Amino acid sequence: MSMTTLPLVLQDHQAEIKELACAYGLDAYETIFEMVDYDEMNMIAAYGGFPTRYPHWRFGMEYEQLSKSYTYGLSKIYELVINNDPCYAYLMRSNSLTDQKLVMAHVYGHCDFFKNNYWFSKTNRKMMDVMANHGTRIRGYMDRYGVGLVEDFIDAIHSLDNLIDPHSRYIERSRADQGDSQSDGEVPRMRAKDYMDRYINPPAYLEEQKQKLAAENKPSQHFPADPARDVLGFLLECAPLERWQQDVLAMLREEAYYFVPQAMTKIMNEGWAVYWHSTMMCRHLCEPEEIITYCDHHSGTLGSRPGQINPYKLGVELFRDIENRWDKGKFGIDYQRLEDADERRRFDRGVGLGREKIFEVRRDYNDVTFIDDYLNAEFAEDQKLFVYGFNERTGQYEVVDRDWRKVKEQLLWSLTNFGQPRISVVDANYKNRGELYLYHDWGGVDLQLREAAQTLKSVHAMWTRPVHVETREEGQGRLLTYDGDEIKFRELTPSDDALAVGQEPDKD
Amino acid sequence: MVRKIDRDHSRFREIVRGRIKQDLKKFVSSGELIGRQGGKYVSIPIPQVNLPKFRFGKNPKGEVGQGEGGEGEGIEKGDGSGAAGEDSGQHILEVDVTLEELAEILGEELELPNIEPKGKKVISQAGGSWRSIRRVGPESLRHFKRTYQEALKRQIAAGLYDPDNPSIIPMRADKRYKSRKDTVQPQANAVIVYMMDVSGSMGREQKEIVRIEAFWIDTWLRSQYENIEVKYIVHDAVAHVVDQHTFFHLRESGGTKISSAYEICLKMIRDHYPSSEWNVYPFHFSDGDNWSTRDTEHCINLLRDQILPMSNQFCYGQVKSAYGSGQFKKDLDAAMREDPSLVTSDILDRDGILPSIKTFLGKGM
Repeated sequence: MSMTTLPLVLQDHQAEIKELACAYGLDAYETIFEMVDYDEMNMIAAYGGFPTRYPHWRFGMEYEQLSKSYTYGLSKIYELVINNDPCYAYLMRSNSLTDQKLVMAHVYGHCDFFKNNYWFSKTNRKMMDVMANHGTRIRGYMDRYGVGLVEDFIDAIHSLDNLIDPHSRYIERSRADQGDSQSDGEVPRMRAKDYMDRYINPPAYLEEQKQKLAAENKPSQHFPADPARDVLGFLLECAPLERWQQDVLAMLREEAYYFVPQAMTKIMNEGWAVYWHSTMMCRHLCEPEEIITYCDHHSGTLGSRPGQINPYKLGVELFRDIENRWDKGKFGIDYQRLEDADERRRFDRGVGLGREKIFEVRRDYNDVTFIDDYLNAEFAEDQKLFVYGFNERTGQYEVVDRDWRKVKEQLLWSLTNFGQPRISVVDANYKNRGELYLYHDWGGVDLQLREAAQTLKSVHAMWTRPVHVETREEGQGRLLTYDGDEIKFRELTPSDDALAVGQEPDKD
Repeated sequence: MVRKIDRDHSRFREIVRGRIKQDLKKFVSSGELIGRQGGKYVSIPIPQVNLPKFRFGKNPKGEVGQGEGGEGEGIEKGDGSGAAGEDSGQHILEVDVTLEELAEILGEELELPNIEPKGKKVISQAGGSWRSIRRVGPESLRHFKRTYQEALKRQIAAGLYDPDNPSIIPMRADKRYKSRKDTVQPQANAVIVYMMDVSGSMGREQKEIVRIEAFWIDTWLRSQYENIEVKYIVHDAVAHVVDQHTFFHLRESGGTKISSAYEICLKMIRDHYPSSEWNVYPFHFSDGDNWSTRDTEHCINLLRDQILPMSNQFCYGQVKSAYGSGQFKKDLDAAMREDPSLVTSDILDRDGILPSIKTFLGKGM
């Protein structure tokens, strides 16, 4: 690929922007800009930003889509930046100087976010190299075992790559063996004088408690002992895979985890970058004759259509709102006690903590906590947020509710687990026949059942024994099974329930 | 240099065309193409292979939007052409394209099946073919400039050239002559014969469907193949050869005798388009309601014994109509199930047009 370093004029601008960013307190990795033309841009974007990625038709599909939309003038990628140390960012050669400055300022916002946001702290900062290594290894397997075979396996992984445990990088999921905790089986007694003991500690009760304890301490009959949210990880450890398959699965799982923080902080990350490009452009970088072009493109980025949330818009508005609130001291008990809407609006203690506060927010928060902590009634009203739904009767999408609590609830719901269903492995030895039992934590929204059935085939491709997934359809329990030959679909009755969650596998 | 993405891209195209990884074929989705005739917008299909995943179906809880509008007021849902490849949203894009572009888009997935180089005509490129230079030739074609250049070169090389007294005298070996370069191409001559049933049982909508389908096949073929002859036949109880305009605009009614069209078609092929020199593609559209079973038998005989052996592919498209029995397609299928050069397709309504074209011209679509 022919990539050129920046022309001198842009190098000067980069130096200026970098200096500005530092002065504002942004703290980014070394950032390397490369100039590419639209076709290279589409190509790099198709590979998720990593030109050296492993070969797969899915990237070709992505490329076709990007190329077509570009050709027909529907979309254009302005900016592409990779979370890596150093940060790589690509600039489109055909962009005007104004755009290049905007994009560079925007990129410094992203780079600062990558480096300082907690949720990015566990990502590998040498991902460029890692991806290249993955590519080499996978090409090696393709040479050795055949493109078709390896590709089929990758397809199976792709269809399961949302079954990971996004939070596992930040907490201890696996319990240390709790062998020492209360393992003596003694039931603690209340202190009592001899003659009262029978009444204070009734023997029947003690016996009952003892049995309960024994039952609790009994090592779990199940494997895995706790439901495994990281289904990919579970398959990696426990499915009967070839060495190369294990390696490929491990690599793609690592890549899936690498992309988690981006999805987790989409609104914040874009909001932060917009906040900084607009601050820098408006206050320093824009020449007078550039201001119209800048505004045009800036508003294009922030434009929103009624039927969708623009993360750039929502993010930057919320950051600005927080800054404003902390500048005026709109927090704490005095402010919260104010009932009158007008007084609340006019409240201003002039504390000027806004800038400090948003830096703190960018360090500690992700989209869910960001929305949860800072989206309030005033903000929802100012931003004209609403919940909409499809009205079967009129056959169109309609505004359902403007109550900010509903809006917030809905927004949080759609961000939870990135809008992916929560599915875990509950039993890897279902009915004591080595069958894999997955459980979908329903929570009110149905799976696409037909597609779920097809997905089971991918699970089966790895597990090789029959696989099941338990879910619900409009509240009714459903069990989908694929045994290698056919897909079976069963309605679960209440008497099935216990069996389904894997409580009593010996019922059969 | 082959770029990495080209390899991935061509592999994706192969999957879409069903050449490799047949099991993924069922996950290919592509938007409709001719769904909204009339307006100036069409939808460009972007084929997608969506690997199955565990994902949510319809969300009864609704989604969050931003903007004006009171409760219960309708909104326009965005089509997800937002940030760089982030949203998987909808993949039908609305753009303004010309007919040619549209035909090209169609062409990505279609081809004339079984086309072979036929015909002995040697086409010489029109104009600008006197571009070659030779050392021998008639004096009338001598290339004056080149000849003197050669002479000058030789004289300088031999030290015979005197800049003060420039005189250049070509000799025999310096002479250059213009020459004609013929390009010989085997020609893939093709003739397309459209036959349409315009009888009374074909309602307005049925005729419209046939015309739309024929129009698109026609547009596409003309954009793809240079040497195509197109013939139009309409029939009710009798058949006529008509011109393009009549074919697309005629309104008629009457009984139906399909064999009348087949006979004219046969005669046409025999007289003007012998299969030794032409690729022959007859298309016939009807509602499947024939005059009598005897005529149907006659049609089948005509097809089996005479038309099919001379055609590369015979396409029969049957439009569903309220009055038609649709018997003709069943009879055809029953009689000639085994013959790969007969392709039949049902067109239920306008949405059926594209799938039908793909059946006729698709590469395994």
